[in-house]
Amino acid sequence: MARIIVVTSGKGGVGKTTTSAAIAMGLAKKGFKTAVIDFDVGLRNLDLILGCERRVVYDFVNVINGEATLNQALIKDKRCNQLYILPASQTRDKDALTKEGVGKILEELSKTFKYIVCDSPAGIERGANLAMYFADDAFVVTNPEVASVRDSDRMLGILSSKSKRAENNDDPIKEYLLLSRYNPKRVKLGEMLSVEDVQDILSLHLLGVIPESKAVLSASNSGTPIILNEESNAGQAYLDIVERYLGEDKPHRFIDEDKKGLFGRLFRS
Amino acid sequence: MSLLNYFKTTKPNSAKLAKERLQILVAHERSSRNQPSYLPALQQELLQVIQKYIQIDQDAISVHFDSDDEQETLELNIVLPEPPQS
Repeated sequence: MARIIVVTSGKGGVGKTTTSAAIAMGLAKKGFKTAVIDFDVGLRNLDLILGCERRVVYDFVNVINGEATLNQALIKDKRCNQLYILPASQTRDKDALTKEGVGKILEELSKTFKYIVCDSPAGIERGANLAMYFADDAFVVTNPEVASVRDSDRMLGILSSKSKRAENNDDPIKEYLLLSRYNPKRVKLGEMLSVEDVQDILSLHLLGVIPESKAVLSASNSGTPIILNEESNAGQAYLDIVERYLGEDKPHRFIDEDKKGLFGRLFRS
Repeated sequence: MSLLNYFKTTKPNSAKLAKERLQILVAHERSSRNQPSYLPALQQELLQVIQKYIQIDQDAISVHFDSDDEQETLELNIVLPEPPQS
């Protein structure tokens, strides 16, 4: 039986796909067979972030429509043999995803996979609703910025009312906060909401803080999930997040400003 | 004096402002999250009926919906104008 994780945020551009790619790779590298699914029908991008865009033959909608089998559509990652990607369709038909179709695919994946990561599109339309509907855990990706925090709160409302667990009166979806693009320097100057501020407002369990990092753009440029860049702060932050999610007790990092002196700054990569 | 003020005044803390705005907004949105969608229309129609008999302002009427496990309550509040002074 697989555990289904939805990576959601409401607002666009906060780092959902970056997070999905990193978390999925992280779980796979820990030895768990993991599938990551792109729910952004019409605006496929997870393939690009994972660097497998040229290997896409069949997609999510092909499988739902019975035009391909799940095994034909799943792309096996070349760096980690425990990671598989199910790309979104580029069709413009937004209604291509159905609850029955998605449910059937998740059920089939559950037989052989340990974790299924659902990369939600922005917004609150069909793709986003279906990405979260079957979830056991929700990773709410939030930036320390008013619009993102508000939208995250909105998503929490939807998670607690419009999921399968809510409809069946099961235990609610476990919700976790991932605060990304965090800049401790600006927080200290009073220019940016702090971790505590965001937690006060959203009252969510903090899974980790991902610092703003130049390495994230470089990683997406090359199609390498950021978690594979173990030198970067952001890569380490995602590794911490995966380990905390798996139950390890890791103290939070990257919340306070780097206390390295001039010497440290000069020689930092 | 003015020079002293220049050194005293620090930059306004915009993060604090952001937090205050968000706390108010989020509290408001949470309270209206489970409200039925007909509430604004109901409020509008009630206002029209009352205005047939009494002259009241748009904001003199408030409709509040609350629900818990036990029951759902619809709270209606109408502020009547002060009677004319004789």
